[in-house]
Amino acid sequence: MEYEAVIGLEIHSELKTKTKIFCGCETSFGAEQNTHVCPVCLGLPGVLPVVNKRVVEFAIKAGIALNCTINKFSKFDRKNYYYPDLPKNFQTSQFDLPIAEHGYVDINVDGRTKRIRVTRIHMEEDAGKLVHSGNTIKDSASSNVDYNRTGVPLIEIVSEPDMRTPEEARVYMEKVKSILEYIDVSNCKMEEGNLRADVNVSLRPEGTEKLGTKAEMKNINSFKMAENALEYEIDRQREILEDGGHIVQETRTWDDNKGMTLSMRTKEQAQDYRYMPEPDLVPIITTDEQIEVLKQSLPMLPDARKTKLMEEHGLSAYDAGIITNSRAMAEYFDDIICDGADVKLAANWLMGDLSKQLHAENKDIQNSPVSAKYLGKMIKLVEKGVISSKIAKEVFGEMWKTGAEPEAIVKEKGLVQITDTAAIEKIVDTVIADNPKPVADYKGGNVKSIGFLVGQVMKASKGKANPGTVNTLLKTKLV
Amino acid sequence: MKVSGKDVENVAGLSRLRITEDKMDKYLIEFNDFLEYVDMLQKVDTENVEPTAHVLPLQNVFREDEIKPSLDRDMALSNAPEKENGYFKVPRIIE
Repeated sequence: MEYEAVIGLEIHSELKTKTKIFCGCETSFGAEQNTHVCPVCLGLPGVLPVVNKRVVEFAIKAGIALNCTINKFSKFDRKNYYYPDLPKNFQTSQFDLPIAEHGYVDINVDGRTKRIRVTRIHMEEDAGKLVHSGNTIKDSASSNVDYNRTGVPLIEIVSEPDMRTPEEARVYMEKVKSILEYIDVSNCKMEEGNLRADVNVSLRPEGTEKLGTKAEMKNINSFKMAENALEYEIDRQREILEDGGHIVQETRTWDDNKGMTLSMRTKEQAQDYRYMPEPDLVPIITTDEQIEVLKQSLPMLPDARKTKLMEEHGLSAYDAGIITNSRAMAEYFDDIICDGADVKLAANWLMGDLSKQLHAENKDIQNSPVSAKYLGKMIKLVEKGVISSKIAKEVFGEMWKTGAEPEAIVKEKGLVQITDTAAIEKIVDTVIADNPKPVADYKGGNVKSIGFLVGQVMKASKGKANPGTVNTLLKTKLV
Repeated sequence: MKVSGKDVENVAGLSRLRITEDKMDKYLIEFNDFLEYVDMLQKVDTENVEPTAHVLPLQNVFREDEIKPSLDRDMALSNAPEKENGYFKVPRIIE
């Protein structure tokens, strides 16, 4: 029997506010343990939480960007469970009236667009961090708790179980990250845990509707990990089903080192969070006008930007997709071409040499030593024939090192392309005289040997000869 | 009886409370009393009444996203039964 995987994701994203969701403690990452805590986030008796206005704004923005309906009446609830990362013994979250519902995200896999429905987006507080003193949790006698992260604002984005492959799940996660970055509500730094996903997966016989028993994997914090964990888990469940067994509903953890999922706890006893309305927080009422203002404040989103690059500049769907994946890259691209640099060349330089160099030195495009403006100028020098594309690589390397203007580099290093036919002709003649064998080969019908001769001329000119002119001259002379 | 001893144990378990045998009957009766009281409330006709999300006639109480000083760490840890290197120390938790 063929099985089909059914995958749903709960993505938790930390919002980039300065302060926590219910108190004025700082949210910045990496502070000394328990230095960003106060009576409110420590859940001391008698304190009153007050909602951070920006959290609501950011959550509504995310709701609009993910095509949700914004609930004009929204409230907080207490989700009760006992774990030492929650000092209050409940997490302030939203239950039946989340801030946003019924949205969707379009993803692109294998050239096809698929719509993944978003069930809901709710606001909640992050929990603290447990540090285990032993090597593993099992050989620790105790755990240490850091409450700095307690109360950092999160939105949880819950999808419908609309994904069918690990790849779709990864692409969906990447798309959500991209959108949250565009609207600037989350730093989305995976390495700092700004974006984490709980992944639910079950199998069912292909062609059937009824959902199988699912397993949940918590706190997956990279795209690759999500894909690997899902691949492993689907295989594991398929083997069990093929052997006639049945899946136990459980929470599993992905061990990235071992490359496998391990059981954490089974849900023999259904988790009962005993949600109740949060009496310390009053309802949030949002008007159409407020929603409209926030909607107008949003930038152009990745899909719209991609379409624009394709329609207005004739880029391929692939190129436009890569460039618009991050807002910073899309803006850099716009800055390269705004003074008229060739669009295709700009795309190639951006996705090629620049990306490679940024990656090699682990730099963000925002901190690129080569500015978009200078890269645009350099591309125009290539277009005008002032430098060859080969010399351009040298100029680019120099720009990367010194941050100098391309014109200045070309001038200073004498890199201007030789387009003067007489000058090139001289070199061509010397090369023909020095290389009788390839010349004879070419004349004898081996057309390919002209490549070698072109190479020799380029070398003799230190790359400055115009390759087109060299080619034409050689061909005329070797008839 | 609306609840059984098992229900009481379950609720106690969720709340991480240990209930001794001799208290069981007492809780059983109290739980039942609560639920019967709720049953009484359920009988009230609420046909044309808006659901209440909050008892106070307030909405949209917000604060600006401005940093306020946090507690001094020693102060934050001062009530902790156990601490270690600036952390709250708790028994090992495995579910």
